[in-house]
Amino acid sequence: MKLEIVSANRLTDGRVVYLSHGGRWSEKIVDGRTARNDKESAALLTEAEASVAKCLVIDPYLLTISDETGAFTAMRLRERIRQFGPKVNQTLDQSV
Amino acid sequence: MYRYDEFDQTFVRQRVAQFRDQVARRLSGDLSEEEFKPLRLMNGLYLQLHAYMLRVAIPYGTFCSRQMRQLADISRHYDRGYGHFTTRQNIQFNWVKLDEVPDILAALAEVEMHAIQTSGNCIRNVTADPFAGAAADEIEDARIWCEIIRQWSTLHPEFSFLPRKFKISVNGAIEDRAALRVHDIGLQLKQNDTGEIGFEVMVGGGQGRTPMIAKSIRSFLPKEELLSYLESILRVYNLLGRRDNKYKARIKILVHDLGAETLANMVEREWQQLREGYVNLPDSELARIACYFAPPDLEDAAETDNGLDRARRANGQFESWLEHNVNAHKQPGYAIVTISLKPEGGVPGDIDADQMEVVADLAQRFSHDELRATYQQNLVLPHVRKRDLHVVWRLLAAHGLSTANHGLISDIIACPGMDYCSLATARSIPVAQSISQRFNDLTRQKNIGDLRLNISGCINACGHHHVGHIGILGLEKNGAENYQITLGGRSDRSAAIGEIIGPAFSAEKIADAVETVIDTYLDLRQPGERFVDAYARLGRGPFKERLYATH
Repeated sequence: MKLEIVSANRLTDGRVVYLSHGGRWSEKIVDGRTARNDKESAALLTEAEASVAKCLVIDPYLLTISDETGAFTAMRLRERIRQFGPKVNQTLDQSV
Repeated sequence: MYRYDEFDQTFVRQRVAQFRDQVARRLSGDLSEEEFKPLRLMNGLYLQLHAYMLRVAIPYGTFCSRQMRQLADISRHYDRGYGHFTTRQNIQFNWVKLDEVPDILAALAEVEMHAIQTSGNCIRNVTADPFAGAAADEIEDARIWCEIIRQWSTLHPEFSFLPRKFKISVNGAIEDRAALRVHDIGLQLKQNDTGEIGFEVMVGGGQGRTPMIAKSIRSFLPKEELLSYLESILRVYNLLGRRDNKYKARIKILVHDLGAETLANMVEREWQQLREGYVNLPDSELARIACYFAPPDLEDAAETDNGLDRARRANGQFESWLEHNVNAHKQPGYAIVTISLKPEGGVPGDIDADQMEVVADLAQRFSHDELRATYQQNLVLPHVRKRDLHVVWRLLAAHGLSTANHGLISDIIACPGMDYCSLATARSIPVAQSISQRFNDLTRQKNIGDLRLNISGCINACGHHHVGHIGILGLEKNGAENYQITLGGRSDRSAAIGEIIGPAFSAEKIADAVETVIDTYLDLRQPGERFVDAYARLGRGPFKERLYATH
């Protein structure tokens, strides 16, 4: 089954964020609100665009995820790297 | 090195104030991202995968201890305590916050630095031989001309919106240490038959998705006419370079489409018109700029030093470092030291704030306060007395900076790849780390000898894979990282684009594949034959056979 969430970069620091409930944005993919069909995906993206207008995030887009293992995991490699961060130079304040 | 005058200082400070205002307007919503993006890029600010990245210019790779200390401070206060030296002799900070960037730029301005023209379709930071002003094989110091080009090109109104970015490199030595032939314009200082010094002008080199070696369009250009000739090239390019397709917009495509001879004729015609009445750089201004690059006050020192010889005999690690990381200086009794930023398993080009301060101290104490960044992502102390080499090495060793691998297989060029870069299609850093660990035995590296291994995480080729003796290009295929190998590339006077050897390898297999290439070379080389020379003699065949028979 199709499962999508919306991700973007936060305007103030460029960090990877996911659209959560109540129009909030979270650094944790687990907080991401999911869409299960095209109509829900479009609604999520519309909501995200409102955050662009409020100068909260940049360039929101839909990405496909899997929850087969009980946790949200991005399907594309690029998105997994965005989700987990680089393998090097990690520090405690980095979302992983 | 060049020092800002009042005009430079005022200009850079005004630019900081201007960008501070632009950032405030972006954060308040007065500017949209579409409006703001070109403004931030003009100030070297990119949005990468995880955060903003600020690219700071180090003009022709020359800087000093005060600037290095400021970079260390910036990395601590505004980033994560490290910086990354790039293949354009610049430094990048990977985790900056938008609202703090104006403060970073203000801190840079305090030490005569900025991030202008490190992005955008303009003339980028001019690069040079990192040994300029020190090399034993030098004809003339390239940095004088780099600085003249920098002043001419900075915010040049005619060339601020070119069809595509434009990269110029200048080399003033016999050996090409500036990769001239893979630049939009490569300028080689040379002496003609009458003893006059001028430039050979090469145009249309580049890497990316369409790699090409530059063509020589003028074998000798008098120095004093450099700017009018450059302006003529840029005018022809600005007029005829394609703007409809960014993948075909670089001058190399124009040179390819027109042919080098036609382009040279067009440039010459433009130049004949332009040079009439062109205000060449006055001698007084040339002398003023040249003064900044006057050789440091080096003492008459003995070419040999008993203490150095004793230390060399007593310590094999020091001897290896001398062998690989120390080059001949034009002044007897002095040497050029390359500080490798490629420790075993490390990230090529990365240096932490503490190490930056150590290097700054060493530059101040032992190298007439001069430092260089190299396009091979290392640092250089250009003027070290030979009798100080042992203490310099001990201090470097105490801070993890004495890796004796300059020019060896673990001296890897690697772009940030998909660990950071929003354009990348695969990671570069883990591949560099695994190869570095695979070949961690220095004796084995020395046996392999001179070798350039370059890795790019996408076809844009920031990691110079096309001109690596062994090049690795990361690509995504069906959701997995794959790595294509090229062999036989080189960026020296005999520059060549590497040949693709065959189908790509998985991330798990790429280090094995490199080892197979190396083993093949070791089996087939003739005595004293370098890898790149053996490949030129043998061709693809034996390497391909071994690679695909065993994988």
